[in-house]
Amino acid sequence: MGLRQVAALEQDVAAWMGARGMLELRGLTRRFGATVAVDHVDLDVPAGQMVGIIGRSGAGKSTLLRMINRLETPSSGQILSGGRDVTALEGRGLREWRRDCAMVFQQFNLVQRLDVLTNVLIGRLAWQRGWRSLMVLVGARFTAEERAMALAALDRFGLAETALQRAETLSGGQQQRVALCRALLQQPRLVLADEPIASLDPRNAQLVMDALRDVNRRDGLTVLVNLHHLDTARQYCDRIVAMQAGKVVFDGTPAALTPERVRAVYGITEQEFAAEAEARRRAAEPAPATLAVA
Amino acid sequence: MEGSLAFWMYRLDSWAWLLFETANMAALATLAGAGAALLLAFPAARNLGAGRVLNPLARRLLEAMRTVPEIVFALIFVWAFGVGPLAGILAIAVHTAGACGKLFAESIENTGLGAWAGVRSAGGSWTQACRFAILPQVAPSLLSYALLRFEINLRSASVIGFVGAGGIGEELYKVIAFNYYEEISAILLLVILAVFAIDLLSERLRHRVIGGMQ
Ligand SMILES: Nc1ncnc2c1ncn2[C@@H]1O[C@H](COP(=O)(O)OP(=O)(O)OP(=O)(O)O)[C@@H](O)[C@H]1O
Ligand SMILES: [Mg+2]
Repeated sequence: MGLRQVAALEQDVAAWMGARGMLELRGLTRRFGATVAVDHVDLDVPAGQMVGIIGRSGAGKSTLLRMINRLETPSSGQILSGGRDVTALEGRGLREWRRDCAMVFQQFNLVQRLDVLTNVLIGRLAWQRGWRSLMVLVGARFTAEERAMALAALDRFGLAETALQRAETLSGGQQQRVALCRALLQQPRLVLADEPIASLDPRNAQLVMDALRDVNRRDGLTVLVNLHHLDTARQYCDRIVAMQAGKVVFDGTPAALTPERVRAVYGITEQEFAAEAEARRRAAEPAPATLAVA
Repeated sequence: MEGSLAFWMYRLDSWAWLLFETANMAALATLAGAGAALLLAFPAARNLGAGRVLNPLARRLLEAMRTVPEIVFALIFVWAFGVGPLAGILAIAVHTAGACGKLFAESIENTGLGAWAGVRSAGGSWTQACRFAILPQVAPSLLSYALLRFEINLRSASVIGFVGAGGIGEELYKVIAFNYYEEISAILLLVILAVFAIDLLSERLRHRVIGGMQ
């Protein structure tokens, strides 16, 4: 098959996905005992969109993303992708769905004692078949192409020279970009980022958000990102979904989320919302190095 | 000449060989036991969700292996495989698997699950997550436990020969049975020296492993 044909096929697939909806949530609900963390959420996300999900602490943002990746089991409702129901997948099917919707976590979730390159190559685990998967399991033997892919991804975000360092030696911002590289190695269609910048300083937060947007624009990946800051959501996302007590209380363009609307939805001003977010960021931040030494 | 050191240690060459055999028994038993422990520790750990059948099964199996005394296993294996080192090695290996498996599982339970979620969310299988998210984090402590176990097993291997499981222990049993007091004291001294030497060596190695990995 020629390159042109591949491109044409990809376009067909993209059009089809777009038509059927990259992601459709139907009455998605998750209960933890008496609390309803996510309450009948309906959401249609077309392919290629960058969606920011905002909400105060406990609104159900994390639970929503974790359910989509199936790290959390829905209590009721459906998750569809391209018209296919993925709510009840198991085994191989579930692993392939998880591969297709890469997660990025607030705490990066890298293997601290493994080198950066291997951490990125973890994105390839779900692709291994037959005797290759045995080679990988026993000796972490990935193919030369896969290693080249990982290095190219690292290079894209300026991390190539850290490839052989242990993940634990990297700063938070670097670790989050390594996590994004791992996500890209999955060759996913969706990226689900759960507060990816909540434990980063403003400069690193910007680097990571730029990287996410780049992944959305250049690679055409659909991105769902949980965010604390309304400003960040407005700046980077095509669409903002606001949650409160498990429900979607706003769904529209950044321009439509006016300060009045924020007030109507959350009962607090935008300044108060930002202050709350900042307080949470500080709480999540690791203790300053000077304290650790003392 | 009677009374001289040469007379006392007149069978040093064969005893040295038997001691070497005992050390090999201990090393092999530690390797096999720690290997089995590694395989059982992941399903036995409470935090990895190995399932309602596999988890209790692995836990009970480890319990059984470490609660039955080595000497009982040795007698069973001598009966099954005949007199010789194989019975001794198996007996010590089974007990090592039980004891190390518990410690390994506890190590795993004390590991954070962030990396685990990372691998699982990327579509990694349960086995792949054990290998890539957990093993690298616990490897230093597991290695340290296994080396400590090697020191213990050397002592066990010397004693377990009493029931015909080979090595220096069997020889010791014989000379005790015949009341050869010089031989008894000579062999005991050799065993003590050997255990002492290996203790020192393995402790050095252990500290190197822990230190080098931090
Ligand atoms: N594993 C769990 N067990 C019990 N309750 C849970 C669990 N996970 C989440 N919850 C509850 O579900 C609700 C939604 O939590 P979730 O973590 O999804 O909110 P969030 O919007 O991500 O909040 P944050 O901004 O603090 O991360 C909260 O009330 C929380 O206490
Ligand atoms: Mg959250």
